Amino acid sequence: MMPFRTLPMRGLKAAAVAAAVSLGLLAAPGARAQEHEIKIPDTRYSFDGLFGTYDRGELQRGFQVYKEVCAACHAMHLLSYRNLRDIGLSDAEVRAVAQSYQIQDGPNDNGEMFERPGRPSDRFRRPFPNDAAARAANNGALPPDLSVITKARVGGADYIHALLTGYEETPPPGITIMEGMHYNKYFPGHQIAMPPPLTGEGQVQYGDSTKATPDQMARDVAAFLTWAAEPELETRRTMGVRIILFLVILGGLTYAVKRKIWARAGGDHVS
Amino acid sequence: MASGLHESSFANPVVRWIDQRMPIFTMIQKEYGTFPTPRNFNYFWNFGALAMINLVIMIATGVFLAMNYAAHTSLAFESVERIMRDVNYGWLIRYVHMNGASMFFIVVYIHIWRGLYYGSYKAPRELLWMLGVVIFILMMATAFMGYVLPWGQMSFWGATVITNLFSAIPLVGDSIVTLLWGGFSVDNPTLNRFFSLHYLLPFVIVGVVFLHVAALHITGSNNPLGIDPKGPQDTVPFHPYYTAKDSVGMIVYFIVFAFLVFFVPNYLGHPDNYIPANPLSTPAHIVPEWYFLPFYAILRAVPNKLGGVLMMFGAIAILFVLPWLDRSPVRSMRFRPIAKWLMLLWSANFLVLMWAGGRPAEGTYVLIARLCTAYYFAYFLVILPLLSKVERPLPLPESISRAVLRGGGPLRGAAAAKPMEKA
Amino acid sequence: MADTLAPSSSPSTGGAHGPEQGTKRDFLKLVTGSFAVIGVGAIAWPFIASMNPAKDVLALASTDVDLSHIAEGQAVTVMWRGKPVFVRHRTPQEIEQARSVEVSSLRDPEADAARVQKAPWLIVVGVCTHLGCVPLGQKPTDPRGDYGGWFCPCHGSEYDTSGRIRRGPAPLNLVVPEYAFTSDTQIRIG
Repeated sequence: MMPFRTLPMRGLKAAAVAAAVSLGLLAAPGARAQEHEIKIPDTRYSFDGLFGTYDRGELQRGFQVYKEVCAACHAMHLLSYRNLRDIGLSDAEVRAVAQSYQIQDGPNDNGEMFERPGRPSDRFRRPFPNDAAARAANNGALPPDLSVITKARVGGADYIHALLTGYEETPPPGITIMEGMHYNKYFPGHQIAMPPPLTGEGQVQYGDSTKATPDQMARDVAAFLTWAAEPELETRRTMGVRIILFLVILGGLTYAVKRKIWARAGGDHVS
Repeated sequence: MASGLHESSFANPVVRWIDQRMPIFTMIQKEYGTFPTPRNFNYFWNFGALAMINLVIMIATGVFLAMNYAAHTSLAFESVERIMRDVNYGWLIRYVHMNGASMFFIVVYIHIWRGLYYGSYKAPRELLWMLGVVIFILMMATAFMGYVLPWGQMSFWGATVITNLFSAIPLVGDSIVTLLWGGFSVDNPTLNRFFSLHYLLPFVIVGVVFLHVAALHITGSNNPLGIDPKGPQDTVPFHPYYTAKDSVGMIVYFIVFAFLVFFVPNYLGHPDNYIPANPLSTPAHIVPEWYFLPFYAILRAVPNKLGGVLMMFGAIAILFVLPWLDRSPVRSMRFRPIAKWLMLLWSANFLVLMWAGGRPAEGTYVLIARLCTAYYFAYFLVILPLLSKVERPLPLPESISRAVLRGGGPLRGAAAAKPMEKA
Repeated sequence: MADTLAPSSSPSTGGAHGPEQGTKRDFLKLVTGSFAVIGVGAIAWPFIASMNPAKDVLALASTDVDLSHIAEGQAVTVMWRGKPVFVRHRTPQEIEQARSVEVSSLRDPEADAARVQKAPWLIVVGVCTHLGCVPLGQKPTDPRGDYGGWFCPCHGSEYDTSGRIRRGPAPLNLVVPEYAFTSDTQIRIG
């Protein structure tokens, strides 16, 4: 029968066009990545690749680093305490974390705002009431909200880890650092207002046996921030595997049906 | 049968009752059932159907996103993230919508490419082609306004840059830009009207698609040989032949789509759009979405503001007059030995423009963009009109069935010609 | 749509290729069709589910109420899941009134004891079971109907001091939400 004989040629041509279009697509983001001439070192994470998942222990350590170090300046306004159930905290632990924060509420019956202990449904408390206050407290620099930071930076978790470990006390010769700024190998422009946040071993006390080296803390918090930005990642990937498997089977069946149908017309001959 | 009723051939009494009063089933049967379709389509002919499916997907996901989206500058970014985090399957619906835009352009670009390569724009399909260009323009407008809605940095600055294009118009430019904005910068009024229009335009597209298909069903489809079917032996009924073949293409399309959505949902997006819009700071490199890059490259290739804007819009508008620029009577590039290669070069040229549009506008990138822009227009304005006169096409096959069934295949189409005419 | 002018305007050519042949294809078609139907069903589900309450809405599903400010005979209205909840501190007479009724004579028979956790505190959702209006009776100046509870102004349903329907078109008693005393003077609804 004909179909097999003509199929490869057609397939090839269609594939060629598809490949050409995809090449165009590949070129676009690739071009953007190169614009940051700084090479960001690759860090290995459990969620790397197409099928990776989060390491709950790492996420919890990362949350601890965020809570005890980053949260002094950086908000994570899109997250609520209840979301911490996803990283493996129990309901009681979530409630305890929430209650350790005073959240502004109100107005009460007297029309006044008041503070109360947090509830799981509350958003993470912001360290500053507004951007102006945040700038005022930080030499005019605004510490960005970290809720979706790994999606908002080229390099994602790798970049966060690199940035947190990329400080150098003495900048390379020829570079003068402005007052109140710090030299960082991986920050675009190399001058960052944030002082080195992870300074020494044991800055946080991990509950598990992991050693809290700056590198470890940077890695953990980068993992936590990735989860914060993409809490759906694991569900998404699992669902994706199932759906693509389903489609492959359905595709095979559909192709068989199509060939049967076309056999009646003497085959699907394409000139 | 009572007078005034349509003569229906359906046996099912309910279908028949409706069909007699409103022959919608007869119409479907005629246009998608027995519709005689050239028997030699290759898989490029899937892409029209795929575009239709993609439009439906975009409208469906869009309607459900709108149930949770808040079109206000202070809420838009958060409401999108709320969809991603709190709404049941919200992340799925949003990623499908977001990547659906990219899929739509992939599909439509291939669909347009097919039209260019096989000469589907030539008589008698000029109006069909022009309606397609209208759809393409509406799609670009819709996609642009949709990209503004999440109110990230790229949304805001993309909106600012693109609306500012209109300021290049002499005399009234600034007034037009103010009118588009509803203020003195891109702000809440802009966001609100973009949301309104982003919701409206897809339905306008549906309307033009209907006209596009109506025109198609008058002229019939073109085919890879570019010659007209000469009789029933050259065609097959649309159903089940092309419904089946389109289904195969559709599943492959779904697999690619699913891979994007489930495994690399942000690959085609830009990280800066996850930073909330900030009118005080422009990102270092602002680039439009990938599907606008070729046109963006043309815009930047011209060192004059008005000139760049005119060239960019001209790059699309030129498609309207293409049927009259290419006067060669041969449709398919397969039989045009010179035009074929220059057309393929034009295709590569388009991809290079896409690449150049994503690079910074400096140095060699600008030079490359200029050369490519020149070729883009030269192909339409010089090469095609000239080739229409000088090129000697290869001999065309006698008929579709001859070309298709030659060499080994059972000549059933030809043999069956007689009985079919009776049927 | 207008008549097609396509060069080949003959009617269906499908018949020429003979009737459907063999059971193999029919089976294949059946399997493929079933798969496709499953696929379409699976596509529909996320859309439908997305219309159910989102996670942040569900997280707000409980409300805390401080009872210490509510004097005997008084009532307050609090918001819970976007609806009013009536919290009434009943007087002994009102309790007595609610408990002395013959339960079997009621339209929606329910003993008062089954509707409260602590006798003085009646907590009901303030939505008339007829068509969803908010009954009057929270303020001292409001009409409370002949049974001393609530009176719905929309269609005249009257509720007693246990929130039970006594007269009018409403079919059921006011709903008692799930709640718990978190302390002597605190309840959490939901």
